[in-house]
Amino acid sequence: MADSDTLLETPLAALHKELGGRMVPFAGYSMPVQYPAGIMAEHLHTRAAAALFDVSHMGQAELVGEGAAAALEALTPADVQALKPGRQRYGLLLNEAGGIVDDFMVANLGDRLFLVVNASRKQVDLPLIESVLPSGVKLRPLPDRALLALQGPAVASLVPTDLTFMGIAPITIAGIEVIASRSGYTGEDGLEISVPADQAEALARALLAMPGVMPAGLGARDSLRLEAGLCLYGNDLDETTTPVEANLVWSMGKRRRMAWDFRGAERVREQLDNGAPRLRVGLRPEGRQPARAHTAIKAGGEVVGEITSGGFGPSVGAPVAMGYVARPHAADGTALDLIVRDKALPARVAAMPFQPHRYAR
Amino acid sequence: MTELKFTKDHEWLRMEGQVAVIGITDHAQTALGDVVFVDLPEVGREVTAGEAIAVVESVKAASDVYAPITGRVVEVNEALTDDPSKVNAEPTGAGWFFKIEASGALPDDLLDADAYNAFVDSLA
Repeated sequence: MADSDTLLETPLAALHKELGGRMVPFAGYSMPVQYPAGIMAEHLHTRAAAALFDVSHMGQAELVGEGAAAALEALTPADVQALKPGRQRYGLLLNEAGGIVDDFMVANLGDRLFLVVNASRKQVDLPLIESVLPSGVKLRPLPDRALLALQGPAVASLVPTDLTFMGIAPITIAGIEVIASRSGYTGEDGLEISVPADQAEALARALLAMPGVMPAGLGARDSLRLEAGLCLYGNDLDETTTPVEANLVWSMGKRRRMAWDFRGAERVREQLDNGAPRLRVGLRPEGRQPARAHTAIKAGGEVVGEITSGGFGPSVGAPVAMGYVARPHAADGTALDLIVRDKALPARVAAMPFQPHRYAR
Repeated sequence: MTELKFTKDHEWLRMEGQVAVIGITDHAQTALGDVVFVDLPEVGREVTAGEAIAVVESVKAASDVYAPITGRVVEVNEALTDDPSKVNAEPTGAGWFFKIEASGALPDDLLDADAYNAFVDSLA
């Protein structure tokens, strides 16, 4: 782990300190894991009203030039070319073996594509994308932009927009020009807001001044996305997992599954035809004891998988987890044992999301 | 009620005769955050000072709880099974974890309140 004095800071570092954020190292950045209210309160408040998250550590970039969408499709099975202006979608970058290099958001801003990638992967993703670009297409990293996520059912009335779920547009909030998408990673309605770094603190203060908006940290973001069944790169996805294993086939375009013209297509196609050896599933442990990442999953005494994310779901009111199991054990309702501190904790495979999504479709 | 003694593992104990009531400190519960589960030892278990005998889980992480003294577990706080948030609400009261009947002398490195507070300040 990086030494604390080599950690990067986001444009909101001073505000986090003022708000009493407990700072921890995450993907090379000093980030607030929680504020004084605590993870539980921040999580529940996000589902009940609205919370503001600083996600400025994530990588933002633009792809500009004739054929940008087609060029990006060399690395992703998402249908980028079909993305209409003002629309965003979730996609996966793949390696030659069909493994997931990163998961990301891509948006069509009319004259350019707008990308958001994971903080821990931007040093990998951006050179990879650059390596497949034809001469007329340019990748421009946007290190001078911050990213704020305002999430929760109250957001639609606090910041009214014409956007529907996964819509994106330049808008003005509190007099500040931003690029906002109606999206997020909590399972709730909300906005992700890209803003110039030098105006990020002013925007954050304006949003926090709105009635009922509470700051929330990475801890709540993690428990919210886990309840929503959403993957965290590095936990639930890595270069050895494929879109089929990760149960993310929905992110692949139908046209792309006819043409098979993306990196790693051979392995993905083989798994779609014959079945993947393992699958990502949801798990509900019995009782209140959480099972964390790296917990072994057993069936009949044999190890059949491993938990990749797990904890207590504050809105579910019970422990929840996700992980990979061998395909014969992946059906909903399958009884499995989670080995927590050398003891078998009974659990069942369960449908995700654990908490219903409430997007503004 | 006798005064609390503390350990550098952020536990407190209160002697009631030969039996120590044991829990985690206010500093510990603040650092852990919202407690969602407590795994308690079996009553009757013989434990050695420094041995990890319980686990406290917050939303974010699991942490060991150690036996601060050598002896036998004589009671555990079953109420924490249904309401682990008592650990946050009343860490040195209703949020106690277990009772150990001491066998022999207490460790000589237990801290009084002032020494423990100074230790916590030294960590900041």
